[in-house]
Amino acid sequence: MTNTNGFHKRIVVGYGSCGIAAGARDVYNEIQKSLADLGEEVTLDITGCNGSCHFEPIVEVYIPNQPKVSYGLVDTAKAKKIIESHVVNNVPVDEWTFEKGEFSEETKAFTSPQVKIALRHCGFIDPESIDEYIATGGYEALKKTLTGLSQDDVINQIIASGLRGRGGGGFPTGKKWQLAKASASDEKYIICNADEGDPGAFMDRSVLESDPHAVLEGMVIAGYAIGANHAYIYARAEYPLAIKRLIIAINQAKEKGFIGKNIFGTGFAFEIKLKEGAGAFVCGEETALMASIEGERGMPKKRPPYPAVSGLFGKPTNINNVETFANVPWIITNGPEKYASYGTEGSKGTKVFALAGKIKRGGLVEVPMGMSITDIIEKIGGGTSSGKPVKAVQLGGPSGGCIPKEYLGISVDYEELKKYGAMMGSGGMVVMDEDDCMVDIAKFFLKFTQNESCGKCTFCRIGTKRMLEILERITSGIGTEADIDLLEELGQGIRSASLCGLGQTAPNPVLSTLRYFRHEYEAHIKEARCPSKSCKALITYSIHTTNCTGCMACVKPCPVQAITGKKNEVHLLDIERCTRCGVCSQVCKFDAIMVE
Amino acid sequence: MEKEKLTGEQIDSLDGILKQRGTGSENAVGILQDMQAKFGYLPIEAMQYIADNSNVSAKQLYGVATFYSQFRLSPVGKHIVKVCHGTACHVRGADMVDTAMEEYLGIKMGETTPDRQYTIESVACLGCCSLAPVIMADDTAYGHLDRAAVRKAMNKHKMDTKAKAEQIS
Repeated sequence: MTNTNGFHKRIVVGYGSCGIAAGARDVYNEIQKSLADLGEEVTLDITGCNGSCHFEPIVEVYIPNQPKVSYGLVDTAKAKKIIESHVVNNVPVDEWTFEKGEFSEETKAFTSPQVKIALRHCGFIDPESIDEYIATGGYEALKKTLTGLSQDDVINQIIASGLRGRGGGGFPTGKKWQLAKASASDEKYIICNADEGDPGAFMDRSVLESDPHAVLEGMVIAGYAIGANHAYIYARAEYPLAIKRLIIAINQAKEKGFIGKNIFGTGFAFEIKLKEGAGAFVCGEETALMASIEGERGMPKKRPPYPAVSGLFGKPTNINNVETFANVPWIITNGPEKYASYGTEGSKGTKVFALAGKIKRGGLVEVPMGMSITDIIEKIGGGTSSGKPVKAVQLGGPSGGCIPKEYLGISVDYEELKKYGAMMGSGGMVVMDEDDCMVDIAKFFLKFTQNESCGKCTFCRIGTKRMLEILERITSGIGTEADIDLLEELGQGIRSASLCGLGQTAPNPVLSTLRYFRHEYEAHIKEARCPSKSCKALITYSIHTTNCTGCMACVKPCPVQAITGKKNEVHLLDIERCTRCGVCSQVCKFDAIMVE
Repeated sequence: MEKEKLTGEQIDSLDGILKQRGTGSENAVGILQDMQAKFGYLPIEAMQYIADNSNVSAKQLYGVATFYSQFRLSPVGKHIVKVCHGTACHVRGADMVDTAMEEYLGIKMGETTPDRQYTIESVACLGCCSLAPVIMADDTAYGHLDRAAVRKAMNKHKMDTKAKAEQIS
């Protein structure tokens, strides 16, 4: 929390999945140990992810009546020093802080263009403490809703805010609620789609790990608006920490009476159950998701009837995703006008993006709609991690497309992205540089959708398989010129003859790379050459005779013993044995491994 | 295996799962998840027991068990290491992580070590994209991997699980 005027000194460790993966658990344990030896009363807390994944583990120190100090890239040794110097002797270790240290400029560049609405609490409050959520105004929006607003008031406010579905579809949220409210039924359901399956996207995981109560509060408000008393959160089983924190949050909200019977004494009752997904990408599609909650194989059904009319267990159902729900309490508290003041004509508010791939400052960023992709990548992300020029940006995961560098000036807006062959999707933004082969990227996505196709529609089941085979031929250097036409023909067929979004959008990664990077496909086919030197069948490794110092570093790691040589003598690489795994180029410190 | 092969203790735990989840057909996914948490995989005789003692048919159970990638019909290692092949990991060298893992454990992707300690598998996306490439050993993610870091991460995981086991005993 931001309160710096408490009575105790307080240390907060960023404890999201990213932080833990970067070593936050060891840092936390080290601090705990140091504090135990200290004898002074210092509170040690955790918080979620503040989005700066590239600086994890992050530790914040609060000394009463002094501004907060944040440290980045902390390890156990640094943690020890921070306790000694800052916590005990009140001398911050300036060189490691965000405020004054070597990353202060970078931190400013990363955070200042952002507008945090959905992520407003992420990295600021302890996600396992409902009191901290309440202290930042949490559950006030629910109180305002239940005690002062009619169902139509709520719906009208959401419509006025311009909020659209953040899971990818972009359907106006208020309109969706209106349809569900209009369906007469003794029972209705709210579902929170937390089955974030797009490879390259992690917004929902982070929100659930860092601010689960915001999602719960949004769900209760939605339940009131449409007249539902039951809800499910369908969360990915691959997110154990998010699930753990959701369970804690649901129990806390029940204890405080924000979920349950007679909420705020208004007689409104609402219960939330958690369902863990079991690993099927197609379950992000709403009809498949409902089949899965019902205990069936997660296969999509024909629409209409739409879920608003006949959804879960045949009852009217409203489904929104995590980020959409997290926006709702903010809109009710701050007013729809404030939300709509951000963004473009058709896309209001902010959008969270997961910035990853070959990016210098990766992480979770929330920007006003309408910001250009270039600004997100260059200003916030700091350009590529390799220092090489950006080649393309992949948006929208397996349903989306690659936008080439020429068009990165376009803004993030539902319609604009579609025009250029990509889509908002759930918000994955994967940056690629010159070393990435676009045919290989298309193959990667197709392999994914092919694997995840539920098998119901022939075009999706078999069509994607044939497309994948063609791409495998092309990346092996044995493609023919007719293959490109065949890819386009199959792509159109799959698009028009599949029942659900997975199938309809499965060809997009191929079609969008064909649109912008046709020359790469042609180089593979006509010249048996991979311009990015990435497709294994089309490259050879060799040793640079001048650069090689004969240090033997590459000899042992080679898994197939393709490299031989003596100390201080130029090594030899047997291309017959070489599997082009690239291990040697990774261990070589002298640029002596060449790829052609 | 025959149905009679279930021990009394196993039957007790299956009854416990049914009691907690409920016997309605909508609970099929949850029942199988609990079973897998208990047995490490889905023994066919345990599924038959559930079908005989609940409103979930054997057909539905088997259908669900073979649809979702989480479920396994054969035993796996005590620890599961997932190598992420999401987009970000793909462009930052997930294939190399596969090779390094295979080398470290001496088995191929999808296989289990002979001592039944480790199974390695490739998964779609673990959602830790900014730390790519990533693996998840049991419930802990390790990021920014290269060849050396894979070894380091696995050694650390071995040490941590050993320490945890000692703490419990």
